[in-house]
Parts: sequence; C-alpha cells; structure tokens
Amino acid sequence: MPEEPYEPERAIAGTGMGGTMDLGASEAATLEKTPGGPDGTGPQDKPRSLWSDAWHDLRRNPVFLVSGLVILFLVVISVRPSLIASGNPLHCDLAKAQEGSQAGHPFGFNGQGCDVYTRTVHGARTSVLVGVLSTLGVAVLGSVLGGLAGFFGGVWDAILSRLTDIFFAIPVVLGGLVLLSVITSNTVWPVIGFIVLLGWPQISRIARGSVITAKQNDYVQAARALGANSSRLLLRHITPNAVAPVIVVATIALGTYISLEATLSFLGVGLRPPSVSWGIDISAAAPYVRNAPHALLWPSGALAITVLAFIMLGDAVRDALDPKLR
Amino acid sequence: MGRYVIRRLLQMIPVFIGATLLIFLMVNVMGDPIAGLCGDRECDPATAARLRREFGLDKPVWQQYATYMGNVFTGDFGTAFNGQPVTELMGTAFPVTIRLTIIAVVFEIVIGITLGVLTGLRRGRPVDTAVLLLTLVVISVPTFVTGLLLQLLLGVKWGWIAPSVSSDARVDELILPGLVLASVSLAYVTRLTRTSIAENRRSDYVRTAIAKGLPRRRVITRHLLRNSLIPVVTFIGTDVGALMGGAIVTERIFNIHGVGYQLYQGILRQNTQTVVGFVTVLVLVFLVANLLVDLLYAVLDPRIRYA
Repeated sequence: MPEEPYEPERAIAGTGMGGTMDLGASEAATLEKTPGGPDGTGPQDKPRSLWSDAWHDLRRNPVFLVSGLVILFLVVISVRPSLIASGNPLHCDLAKAQEGSQAGHPFGFNGQGCDVYTRTVHGARTSVLVGVLSTLGVAVLGSVLGGLAGFFGGVWDAILSRLTDIFFAIPVVLGGLVLLSVITSNTVWPVIGFIVLLGWPQISRIARGSVITAKQNDYVQAARALGANSSRLLLRHITPNAVAPVIVVATIALGTYISLEATLSFLGVGLRPPSVSWGIDISAAAPYVRNAPHALLWPSGALAITVLAFIMLGDAVRDALDPKLR
Repeated sequence: MGRYVIRRLLQMIPVFIGATLLIFLMVNVMGDPIAGLCGDRECDPATAARLRREFGLDKPVWQQYATYMGNVFTGDFGTAFNGQPVTELMGTAFPVTIRLTIIAVVFEIVIGITLGVLTGLRRGRPVDTAVLLLTLVVISVPTFVTGLLLQLLLGVKWGWIAPSVSSDARVDELILPGLVLASVSLAYVTRLTRTSIAENRRSDYVRTAIAKGLPRRRVITRHLLRNSLIPVVTFIGTDVGALMGGAIVTERIFNIHGVGYQLYQGILRQNTQTVVGFVTVLVLVFLVANLLVDLLYAVLDPRIRYA
C-alpha cells in the first residue's frame, strides 16, 4: 500500500488553536485520496499530526496512565477534601499529641495533637494549587517574552538574554528566603508570585530557542513571502510548531514547583500556619521525630508521590512529543 | 582563545551587577535593618536617625548599592550589625560549605557516572529500568525529605552516625549531608551519562574501535567514555554554584554552620550586609564556574575552537 507523502502543512493545520475546522477538512481530503478499499482507514495510512500521534502513544503508555490517575485523584481531593476526610484539619487536641494510629485516625496524631490523616488529605490542595497556578504563570510569561524575543531578535533579544542570565545566577531557595521572609500572608499568592518571578527565565529560554528554530522553516518563509504579517506568522505558523518543548518543560517543572513550595514552607517562609501544607507539617514533625515518626512520614510520602506523579507525567509527555529521544 | 576569555569576562559584568543589585533591592524590601538593633523594643527616633546616618541608610538605594560595591572591591564586605566583620563570618562558613560541596561533587562523579555507564551499556535490561526508576524517585523526593528520612534512619534509629554535625564539621561527619546535598544532581548525572553513553555506543568510531579488535575495556574507557562525558562535565561544573547556594536546606537539617546557616541567620535577623555579602560571593562562584566549564569544553572537545 503506497504511503501518503508526509505533508507538514497538513499536520500543522490541526494543531493551532483555531485549526480544528482545517483538521476535519484535511482528514476528509486524505480519506478521498487514500487508495485502499472502503475501510482503508488504518491508523498507519493517515498522516497523523504530532499531537494526535502523541496522544496515540500516551494512551498506551502505562507510566502516563498511572501518573494520570494519581493526578486525577489529587485534583479531586484538593477540590473536595471532605470526600475522604470529613474532619477539620485545624481541630487539634493536645491530650492526644504524638499518639499513633487508632480507630478513626489511621495516620495517628502529630505533635500538636492534630489528626495527621485529615491534615495530609487537606494539604493536597495547597500543593496542587501552587503547582498548577505557578506553572500557568511561568508558562504564559516565559513563552510570551521568550517567543517575542526569539521572533523579533535585535536589542530586546539581547536584553532578555542578559536578564535571564541574571535570574539564573540567583540561587532559588535563597531568593525565596530573602523575598518571602517579610511577607506574612496566609494565602498561596506570595509563593506563586515568587515562583513565577524566578521561574520564567527557564521557559523563556526554551521558548526563544524553539521559536528561532521554527522561524527558519520553509513554510514560514513561504507564508512570509505570501504576505502574512507578523501576528499571523506567530499565531498560525510558529506557535503550533514551537509549543511542544515548552509544554514538556512546563510539565516537569510543575513537579519541581510543588517541591519548592514545600521546601519554602519547611524553611518557614512559604505558607505559614494556620495554612495547611505538607511542608509546614513536615517541618513541625521534625523535632518530634523520635517519638512520632508517623507524623513526618505520611506528609513526606504524600509529597513525594505527588511530585513523582507530575515528573513521570512530564517524562511520558516528553517521550510522546519527542520521538527522537527513544 | 584569549579574546574569547576577555569577551566572556566582559559579559559577566552586567550579569554580576544585575544579580547583586536584584538581591540588594530584595534585601532592602525585606525590612528595616534598624528595627532589630534595639532589642525587642522599638528604637527611639533620635537613636534610629543616628544609626541610619552611621550606616548610610538615609541615602537613596542606588547610592547605597554603589558605596557597598565600591567597598566590596577593596575587600571590605562591611560589618554585620553585631559588630563582627562579614569577612570573618565568611572565613569560618565558607570552608565548611566548600568541604560539603566537594563531598557532594565526589558522590556525583563516582556514583552518578558509574551508574550511568552501567545502565547506558545495558539499555533496556532490568538493571537499566531499575536504576532509571530509582533516579526518578530520587528526583521526586525533595531534598529536605531525603535529609530528614536518612537522618531518622541512620542517625536516630540505627545510630550509625551522629544526627547533627559538630561545629568543626569534620569530613567524616559531612559524608551523609554531602550525599543528601548531591542526591538530586546525582540522579541527573546518572540519566545524563546513560543517555550520552547509549547514544555514542552506536557511533561509527566505537564500531571501528571494536572492529580493530581493541579489548572491550579499552573501547569503553578510551573511546566511549571520553566522548560521552562532555555534557556530564558541563552539568557538574554548573552544578557547583547551585550546590553551594542550595546547601541552605541541608545545612539546616544537619545543623552545619556553613554558608547556608549564616545566610539563614542573617535573613532571620534582617542582617543586610551579611546577606548581600554572602550572596555576592555565591553569584561570583556561579559565574566563574560557568566560565571554567565553557573553557574546559575546548580542552575536552578539540573540535570546539574559540575565535
């Protein structure tokens, strides 16, 4: 059966934000041309776009399925923690301090006599919220700045490159200690703001590089020759082809941001009590570790599994989007 | 080569000024440095004004920054507000952190590269999958959790080591903290070496070397390893700066009185000069390490020539 020649333009049409209509049209055209009987629609006959190809791979990847399930569970319990833990995470009874597991309190009590199970379940919300919102902020800011610098080049590009160098030279945890130590807020916003402030250069570097690569493609030159203006070039031709590396790095970074929030809370500058965060609980449990190791182990385990799930998801997405690495 | 070095050194200047200025501004936002000076009570206005004049805090921020940097280049990092010169604090803190960093880097080189070579040569086998999974777990567990767990297991439960490090911070006491500090980078080094080895194994020069009849050991050490280690060396080199800055968490867990400890104390006590001084040195270390790595490139890979 003769293979359809691979046509990048067709693959791209389905990837843009407004490209769904084109996808239908191009698939119809493909079907008409496919020589191979009435049901010659086997998956290898159609030229699949990068995205449908990636999705095809992901659905069969056990790593993706497992990490996806874990993340789905985390999102559900961070939206409605009362589904599996009905207690109040701030209700503590000093008389029960450091007691171990017992009926109704499977994880035991921490040094202040709070129920470790309830606090661990309620702590998921902080981590998921910080991870997702910081990643969104970093991805939007980083790809807009990096993308524009890569596309237009010149002075702004030079300034942005030096600016990213400056941000890279500052140790992250240290910057967090300095900046967040003055802010006494019980919300997640200062931490998210800090992560976006120090995280964007990482994405902007990736976005800049991949826009510069995409810019040199023949179809971009062709579109330019046909009179497309900058915004059309950027939105229709470059962005769909430059966004994959950004998504990969951002997914992996999500896990590291969760870990960073916990580290900052552990050091006492991220979230502060009475907020509920795994970092705060781990920090509070450390002095009692001899008598009540369970108060340290449960939130630590939850934190590790959460970060692991997001990093594995990022790994799976990278494998799917960048087949060269396999 | 000489021109390249000069160009790189010139490029370092704006980055250095930018990074230190950023920290200077952050610390200035951090709070009133005078507030901590009069004990728990608030200073009376006259004393506060006198102290402000004395430390030059009544001048605009950019002028304070210029004065401070001018002093730094004459070797004067200022006085911590308790009267001790900041350089004296550095003299006790940096040797400890440098020892810790060296131990961490040794772990990265020995364990990371060994595991990377082992798995890279046996790609797809059980040992490869197992190590790969292990690195993923190590990367996922935040350093402070790794530190606390190892401290709990080795220090408290089994009693193999002292849970906290004494004030002289001898090398044997720093082995476990060094491993904890290295853990995440160790996993990255393993993965990087593995990918690099697996990629180069299929290259023509390795096939030629095998076809020539060279013993396997020689092919691996002289041909494969030498070419595969270039990205690994880059990673480890740039990691040195990150390790010294990241030691703040490890030093806090094991109660090590190094750079991280001094910085933490400085921030808690709103000790501007200590914080800015230490960060300035850390930024310099980071920049110089990066420069050295770029120069090392030319030595490791003769194809790279600097105009």
